[in-house]
Amino acid sequence: MSRFKKKKGSGTPAISTASLPDIVFMLLFFFMVTTVMRETTLLVENTLPQASEVKKIEDKSLCSYIYVGAPVTGMKAKFGTEPRIQLNDSFKLASDIQEFVAAKREATAEEKKPQLITCIKADVDAKMGLITDIKQELRKAQAFKINYATYASVD
Amino acid sequence: MSRRSLPEINAGSMADIAFLLLIFFLVTTTMDVDTGLVRKLPAMPEDEEIIDDSQIKAKNIYVVLVNAKDQLLVEEELMEISQLREGAKTFLDNWGKNPTLSDNPQKAIISLQNDRGTSYEMYIKVQNELSAAYRELRDREAQKKFGVNYTELKGDNKKEIRKMYPEKISEAEPKNVGGK
Repeated sequence: MSRFKKKKGSGTPAISTASLPDIVFMLLFFFMVTTVMRETTLLVENTLPQASEVKKIEDKSLCSYIYVGAPVTGMKAKFGTEPRIQLNDSFKLASDIQEFVAAKREATAEEKKPQLITCIKADVDAKMGLITDIKQELRKAQAFKINYATYASVD
Repeated sequence: MSRRSLPEINAGSMADIAFLLLIFFLVTTTMDVDTGLVRKLPAMPEDEEIIDDSQIKAKNIYVVLVNAKDQLLVEEELMEISQLREGAKTFLDNWGKNPTLSDNPQKAIISLQNDRGTSYEMYIKVQNELSAAYRELRDREAQKKFGVNYTELKGDNKKEIRKMYPEKISEAEPKNVGGK
């Protein structure tokens, strides 16, 4: 017993953990602020193609997303196996895109309207027919800036 | 005086609670950035407007066709996707040497046309290769002039290079050739 006592007396004092909660809170706030919760649930299979000449999108809030792909397994019985368009949280037709773009434009501040961009997140198995329809609708809606979402790859 | 008799709340478990929340946010956070190929769509042609492309000489247009079987037909010749980048570069960087290719990069236009049955994957590959051709030419010019790559250039220097090699990828009005 005396050995333990001796050690305690001569060793370095224990590090104070009183500031640990502060440090943890700091980290917590950082992650709370940076976290963006996914606002839509994907109803379509969405494996993006790979490309090397990609650009980053600076401001995600200016993006309106159009998802294209075959319905996910649970939805196949109801919506079939052919690739379809998903806007927000439901399956839509190409003719609904103009309205969708207009709604996004309405919700954006005036000075940021020219920077609005439409992100096409299409599955690799989608056919260009559907994509062409989307592009035609976007042209009609005068949303000319588009971005084909791809994964970045190195050659 | 009764306040003094209240026992102090133990804050020792605060760190644990904070850790719990921290771990939750750590797990749910997605730091992914959206990347993609940025393109600009042309305006819808007016009904009465007649598209006049006769002023553009045929040799300044690089025709890239993709069919429903994902095969490439470039300038009326079958081509593999791996050759497209070099092909586009030779076309753009011709400066009138070869009479069948472009006069200069400013006049050169790449015309891309795809079928409704073309797969999206192939389309992106083609777009990517064409972008890569432009990027490589711009990089080369930027290296020669300023000693850095195109993407690292700023302001007027960047504009100068972009003016030299403007990215002109035109997509034809959609046609339905190959059927469904």
